[in-house]
Amino acid sequence: MSTVYNLKREVEKPVRFTGGHRLCAGCGAGIVVSGVLRALKREERAVVVNATSCLEVSTFMYPYTAYMDSYIHSAFENSAATCSGVEAAYNALKRRGKVDGTVKFITFGGDGGTYDIGLQSLSGAMDRGHDMVYVCYDNEAYMNTGIQRSSSTPHFARTTTTPVGTVGQGKKQNKKDLTEILVAHHIPYAAQTAPLGSFKDLHTKSYKAIYTKGPCFLNVLSPCPRGWDYPTEKLAEIARLAVDTCVWPLYEVEEGMWRLTYIPKKKLPVEDFLRPQGRFRHMFQPGNEWMIEEAQAYVDQKWERLLERTGV
Amino acid sequence: MSNRLSGNEAVAYALKQINPDVMGAFPITPSTEIPEYFAQYVADGEVNTEYVTVESEHSSMSVCIAAQAAGARAVCATSSAGLALMYELLYVAASCRLPIILACVNRALTGPININNDHSDSMGARDSGWIQIYAENNQEAYDNFLMAMPIGETPSVRLPVMTCMDGFITSHAVENIELLETDVVRRFIGEYNPEHYLLKKENPLAVGPYDVSSYYMEHKVLEAEAMKAAKARILEVAAEFEKISGRRYGLFEEYRMEDAELALVLIGSTAGTAKAAVDKLREEGVKAGLVKIRVFRPFPGEELARALAGTKAVAVMDKSEGFSANGGPLFAETRSALYDLKNRPYMINIVYGLGGRDVNTEDIEKVFGRLANIAATGEIGPVYTHMGQRSKEENA
Repeated sequence: MSTVYNLKREVEKPVRFTGGHRLCAGCGAGIVVSGVLRALKREERAVVVNATSCLEVSTFMYPYTAYMDSYIHSAFENSAATCSGVEAAYNALKRRGKVDGTVKFITFGGDGGTYDIGLQSLSGAMDRGHDMVYVCYDNEAYMNTGIQRSSSTPHFARTTTTPVGTVGQGKKQNKKDLTEILVAHHIPYAAQTAPLGSFKDLHTKSYKAIYTKGPCFLNVLSPCPRGWDYPTEKLAEIARLAVDTCVWPLYEVEEGMWRLTYIPKKKLPVEDFLRPQGRFRHMFQPGNEWMIEEAQAYVDQKWERLLERTGV
Repeated sequence: MSNRLSGNEAVAYALKQINPDVMGAFPITPSTEIPEYFAQYVADGEVNTEYVTVESEHSSMSVCIAAQAAGARAVCATSSAGLALMYELLYVAASCRLPIILACVNRALTGPININNDHSDSMGARDSGWIQIYAENNQEAYDNFLMAMPIGETPSVRLPVMTCMDGFITSHAVENIELLETDVVRRFIGEYNPEHYLLKKENPLAVGPYDVSSYYMEHKVLEAEAMKAAKARILEVAAEFEKISGRRYGLFEEYRMEDAELALVLIGSTAGTAKAAVDKLREEGVKAGLVKIRVFRPFPGEELARALAGTKAVAVMDKSEGFSANGGPLFAETRSALYDLKNRPYMINIVYGLGGRDVNTEDIEKVFGRLANIAATGEIGPVYTHMGQRSKEENA
């Protein structure tokens, strides 16, 4: 197989994640899942694992599944442990001659199921070194239950548990840096990506994560039209603005080596990302300029640190 | 072959003989020794199980669910708060119809923290869809564990099985025990060949759907039917087990019940103490008897009613406090089971032994004394009481 990415060739592969699922129009999760699974080699099997999430309830509503591969969902906080269990069974059954062929193990969890309630299970699975990929599709709040704040929700974002009022100004804390936490596990591969353009970045990192032996982690920004409050057709544009403002830098850490995979030609002001989204609307009220300034200062500081780390 | 083993070592030895595909391992007193012994078997190459050292009991059960769904035989052991942490997933395991085997070494639930025996942990999980089988001693702990897979894996059942033994009293005390030869065990257990599993090449499988109200109830009814079907299968497996071991098991054990007028119903190691008390009372001419519940889920209601039909007074002894303000869980089940009898015995409930509070033959004799008095006078007195706690005056 040529290592040069070619979208046309990739989309000619048999579909592993079918249409007909019940995710919203303009949702990032579906294109993230199809983008990740497309990186699997045509002839190989996978077992897909899900945390309870929008994705789970929308793609496996009895008796219909959107997955052509085997799939298991068990609970909200245990998808990494669940993936561990399938991988352990594979090793045991393979050793005993009861399973043949290569099987890959890929878990999808939302940010609630990954940054928050599933963090322990994820940390345990990464520590034990299972040969698996954990993909967080990060839409920055508990969307399945109706847009509640998670530790991934960015500063100032309006959610139903961080509402904007006469005193409240959205979320008080900054977004947790989960990718760094995963890097600190010294796993062979961790990366941040997003569904962009020809999906080259998502595809390349997915391929690396799937075909690097050991536990690998992908944090994929996954815009949500309901929670972020943008028109459905703006999905691609919002994702692009997240990376061009450096709100969501694209990078990878391979065996401890940090590498930026995208540097915007012109780093856009953070307000370009904030403005199209209803969850940040209050930041543009007169008198709230300080919020945008704070948000910009935070992004700048994180970006500078990332440039240092990656030696740019 | 004869040996001297603790209850934990007996279960670990059964596990070695079975050589399961996957084990989720996490320590908690008093079940810790089971994964410890097993780890040594792994280290010595005596088994080739995938031994997964998880970071919590929650992940232990998650690993077992996933491994069993993937087509493997999965096992784990836990106690007390560990079982409580698994609580959500016990339901997932049962509803996915995955015959995982869990060795529960019974220990009091926290609040205040206590490491000693009572049944509050497994009683809290009694309605989770797991088959529950309780042991009186080390021999039964070993035997029950060997019977668990043939019961749970039967297509008409396909439910997870929890084998329970009393923490420390059974798990740590060393007793003489008869072990089966490993090849006999392997033949008895057989191969696990599920019809559908995640790793099956020919036919991918999806497990754990979002189940809307137009399907959920059907699935729950199927699960309930499986639990009903388990009763016959438990007896069948017991009959097969008798052929290889010479040891006979039922849904419960009746001890000197043939003509008993006064009877106890209880679970676990206290049965040994109660048998000694019954023997003593029998020598004194008291028609005392004991029913030791072995299988709590499925609950042998009809059979128990028949066993107690001829008695005059029954004391149900619960080693867990259910906080229902109406008696413990074994009492609720037993009293309900006896409702349809034409001539019901008088019944009382005694909650005892919480957090490892000792119970001896004199305590049991006192209970029989109460029953004798009730049978003679027809005066029940308080139905639901506690036994073995210090009085307010003693505490002062």
